[in-house]
Amino acid sequence: MSAATIVSLPDQSTARIPRMNFMSKEKGLLSWLLTGDHKRIAMLYLVSITFFFFIGGALAGLIRLELLTPQSDLMATDTYNKVFSMHGIIMIFFFLVPSVPATIGNFLIPIMIGAKDLALPKINLLSWYLYMAAGMLGLYAMATGGVDTGWTFTTPLSTHYLNTNVITTGLAIFIAGFSSIFTGLNFIVTIHKMRCPGMTWFRLPLFVWSNYAASILMVLGTPVLAITLVLVVLERTAGIGVFDPAKGGDPLLFQHLFWFYSHPAVYIMILPGMGVISETVSTFSRKRVFGYTAVAFSSVAIAVFGFFVWAHHMFIMGISNYSMLVFSLLTMLVAVPSAIKIFNWAFTLYKGSITFETPMLYSFGFMGLFTIGGLTGVFLASSGTDIHLTETYFIVAHFHFVMVGGMLMAFLAGVHFWWPKMTGRMYPEKISQLAALVTFIGFNFTFFPQFILGTLGMPRRYATYPPEFQVLNVFSTAGATILGVGYLLPILYLTWSLKYGEIAGDNPWRATGLEWQIQSPPLTENFPSIPIMDHEAYDYEWLEGQKENVASVG
Amino acid sequence: MSDSQVVVHGAAEGAHHEHLPYQRHHFETYAQQSDATNFAMWLFLLTEVMFFGGLFTAYLIYRNWYYPAFVEASHQLDIRWGTANTAVLIISSFTMAMGVWSAEMKKKGALVFFLVLTFILGLAFLGIKTIEYKEKIEKNHVPGFHYSIQSFLNPSSDPEVHAKNPEDKPLPYDMARHTEIYFFLYFAMTGMHALHMIIGIAILGFMIFRARADAYTTGHVTFVENFGLYWHFVDIIWIYLFPLLYLISRH
Repeated sequence: MSAATIVSLPDQSTARIPRMNFMSKEKGLLSWLLTGDHKRIAMLYLVSITFFFFIGGALAGLIRLELLTPQSDLMATDTYNKVFSMHGIIMIFFFLVPSVPATIGNFLIPIMIGAKDLALPKINLLSWYLYMAAGMLGLYAMATGGVDTGWTFTTPLSTHYLNTNVITTGLAIFIAGFSSIFTGLNFIVTIHKMRCPGMTWFRLPLFVWSNYAASILMVLGTPVLAITLVLVVLERTAGIGVFDPAKGGDPLLFQHLFWFYSHPAVYIMILPGMGVISETVSTFSRKRVFGYTAVAFSSVAIAVFGFFVWAHHMFIMGISNYSMLVFSLLTMLVAVPSAIKIFNWAFTLYKGSITFETPMLYSFGFMGLFTIGGLTGVFLASSGTDIHLTETYFIVAHFHFVMVGGMLMAFLAGVHFWWPKMTGRMYPEKISQLAALVTFIGFNFTFFPQFILGTLGMPRRYATYPPEFQVLNVFSTAGATILGVGYLLPILYLTWSLKYGEIAGDNPWRATGLEWQIQSPPLTENFPSIPIMDHEAYDYEWLEGQKENVASVG
Repeated sequence: MSDSQVVVHGAAEGAHHEHLPYQRHHFETYAQQSDATNFAMWLFLLTEVMFFGGLFTAYLIYRNWYYPAFVEASHQLDIRWGTANTAVLIISSFTMAMGVWSAEMKKKGALVFFLVLTFILGLAFLGIKTIEYKEKIEKNHVPGFHYSIQSFLNPSSDPEVHAKNPEDKPLPYDMARHTEIYFFLYFAMTGMHALHMIIGIAILGFMIFRARADAYTTGHVTFVENFGLYWHFVDIIWIYLFPLLYLISRH
């Protein structure tokens, strides 16, 4: 690894964490539980989603352990159904959807646009409480028997044939949905109405743009999921027949309504991650993001196209050939804005002064793995290939490449990148570089074999499989072990760094965003006085000029 | 480099804002605050549109598939009650608008009066809805395990409705049983609407209490304004529900 680094830390013998900051301002549990400060709420979210991530991760571990052998020996097959269902539900609704927006986004969006807080602090806190209530209800459902519908609640399976906690889990997701609606709503209002003087739309950091696009999806998509779950619950409790073919209802309607949210939901999950990558790639190659406007609009394009592709989840469910054709084409269109992003990041790297700090390593991981995940998505968009590959491990590998290889990498990139800003301390560089590498290797070991398993025809969602698939499954499980280590490491050293990390100073990366021009950790009101934005985003010459000013004055 | 900060320059100097007592600290001006909260309310109403949108989609599809069942099932609803309720809601929207106006004009007495009026009209709507629901329950027209299709297989068994719609023919069994989907949509849509009414009435009660304590007649009317938007929205939902559910074959 190259020794070059852009990290510039203050002199450790004299540096101190600023005495006044958002964490030291008030003490005590209540000051956190009743806070209106977006930074504190972000911290609450960070702790809670980490908790749910490890529960979801433990369930993933159980799945991989069961699949070590072709027979169902670790657990009974119906237990396996519950385990993979709860893994999906927890990871999607309680980790991936809130991951970047509710933590990093919550912390940074007001600062990046030069505001003191989100527009609606109470709604922000309410969204965390809803999230926690939903999470607890979800855990309660899991502890009292679980649910085995898969995360998709497919009717009539979920309404007529299963005797597990469908209603409780549905309610939990319903509540979590409102938490996500409130986050999205708050972001949109804040970005529209709270920008500081001079902060025009095209001076916004790309992280803000991508969160804005994700917020549109949250606000427009989530209510549809909410009403769909209400219908499932009514169908189950009262037998009203809306999705029941025996009474003239149509199960396909459920699929349309469910995927109308749940496909855009994958863009809710990935877009904020793409925003993180825009920030890190620019900072660690010391260049303005290539094609800023194109990257900004590609986020919005993904959000808009995202609403018109849902039926590609239904190619084998008896929709007409014509709608297959249209949805197949529309789905391939989504690849265009995604590719615009990847190409622009690549051009940002071109002739940049690249350094390899941990956030950048995770970002490289993102770019590679997301590209594979995205391209396999194009295979699946073509209806012919999809009919062969859907419901196999190919799909499983595809969305894990996007969600875990993409989003989780981006989340970790973001957490490392802004850790000094959030806590005022650096994480230890060497071991975190190692963790990034371990994650990347472990990830590929886990999920690449699944592409092969899928093309060979191994179906998803079964506890058992024919013995000839065992070798690749052993590979996958071994990889998952490495991956687990890769995820445990950051928990350990980040916690350690809270007390023992080096003092980071205001701007350890010499980055250009407004958040780097204030103290770390920030003041409760973020800025001593409201800033005026007088330069473009990612303007490194402006930053150099700032330093000279300070030097000549001091 | 010492701890010296790269200066975040140019405080919005000269912009000396008068901080009104109800301005939250994180807003620069009161105009920004009311702008932001209004915008948030519109966005929330947008999510409500999407929420009801799921039900409207289901309605659209099933009405196209089972049109005869929808026509005859809708004859079970009493247009007079539906019309009365439409009138009640439109008047309540008017009184609500007057309430917002009174708050803006800082007329406390008028504000309380109009809020109470809106409150009563809201209750009247729910009262009429209860009468209608009760009739459906008595006739076993609530979808679910006790649903009965007798009125549609054999219209003359339901003389009261049959007298009003003498042209209604008995439906074949296969179509008649799909009236259950109509009634499900009827209950789901009007029920969801009624739920919004109940929440609205509860907030109205709270507002009457606060208005008496002078909370909205100080020039800070955002809350009343935004509640007004909500109330009109719930009203508009009904304006769509009424023709879709009551007037299917009466063009």
